[in-house]
Amino acid sequence: MADMVQFDLVCPERSLASGKASEVLIPGAEGELTAGPGHEPMLTTLRPGFLRAELEGGAQDFVVTHGFVEVSAESVSVIAERAFAAADVARPDLEAILEEARDRMEQAAEDEERHGLERFVADLVHLIDQMD
Amino acid sequence: MPSLKDLKNRIASVKSTRKITKAMQMVAAAKLRRAQDAAEAARPYSERFNAVMASLAASVGGSDTAPRLLAGTGSDQVQLLIVMTAERGLCGGFNSSIVKLARQKANELKAAGKTVKILTVGKKGREQLKRDLGDLMIGHVDLSEVKRIGYDNAQAIAKDVLARFDAGEFDVATIFYAQFQSVISQIPTAQQIIPAQFEATAEETGPLYDYEPSEEAILADLLPRGVATQIFAALLENGASEQGARMSAMDNATRNAGDMIDQLTIEFNRSRQAVITNELIEIISGAEAL
Repeated sequence: MADMVQFDLVCPERSLASGKASEVLIPGAEGELTAGPGHEPMLTTLRPGFLRAELEGGAQDFVVTHGFVEVSAESVSVIAERAFAAADVARPDLEAILEEARDRMEQAAEDEERHGLERFVADLVHLIDQMD
Repeated sequence: MPSLKDLKNRIASVKSTRKITKAMQMVAAAKLRRAQDAAEAARPYSERFNAVMASLAASVGGSDTAPRLLAGTGSDQVQLLIVMTAERGLCGGFNSSIVKLARQKANELKAAGKTVKILTVGKKGREQLKRDLGDLMIGHVDLSEVKRIGYDNAQAIAKDVLARFDAGEFDVATIFYAQFQSVISQIPTAQQIIPAQFEATAEETGPLYDYEPSEEAILADLLPRGVATQIFAALLENGASEQGARMSAMDNATRNAGDMIDQLTIEFNRSRQAVITNELIEIISGAEAL
């Protein structure tokens, strides 16, 4: 179908979702974006956040952390280092990730790395707030 | 000649060994299924990841600003060998074949005047390498507590390796593991992970992408993750290979135990027959003497 794209969400341990979607809302590194059919081919990294896919059976929400997205006119492939279906994700999981990131931030030697982590932590805090 | 009682005891002991190897074989078969499923489930991620990395690397790789993880340090003097083996034995030649390959490589590199450092993952490999290459070891990763290999485990190893790379401890890193082919065949494999190497995808670069942020930034972000991804894939392959090797080793052991029981039973029956014949002769000759 021309008005649908092939949507795949894979993380290292398994493939989380795959199907036809009419549009996908992606938390891109440089701002949120919505990818639908006929989108410009692009490659972007992810920031932690909610990802919403309008699948045939209804919208599905996912929580993703690091990774990247490959968008083309016919497909949206999300390759995330950590991803959960929003329905399954529990706050303690995210809080554990947050804790780990905070630890790393305190140990980070280089400014650049610390800035990256600071943003990551801020994103996560935002994400956890959103869940309430 | 062993007595009847001895033979009986031996048969009983071989029978119980057979029960154990049979049970181990079945456990390995069940674990193999799981390990294969895990490896299968992880494949889409690593395939896509590598495809993207390869196209990125192809476009950025030539420039002077290419990250060190891709371009290398410009030297190959210090080589890190990451030897991944199992935590347990009783799996045929699985551990030995990986160790053999690694040892061969280490000796080759040493002969070429390079400095070799070894990082072992899994107890069995360390035990085997400790004897002759123990002084080259710089670390060991213990996975004996880990029930199911997760991405986290791979990430931890990758973090350690990357920290060493950043500290300038080595120039080139190679991982050694066994690639799962089938239950009877696992192929020990060496794969260079730093500097990253990608299979040249023949001119199939796909559509031109918009990159957000820049190509270089994405590549720099992804390269360290690529190391983790490759280690993870290798760990999963290794897991499946180990169970496959154990399954066929235990299958052989079970069959050998069966053969042995048959032999011992024949011997036992013959001895018993001989004893009976002897007794008969004694009775008859005793009766005749009266």
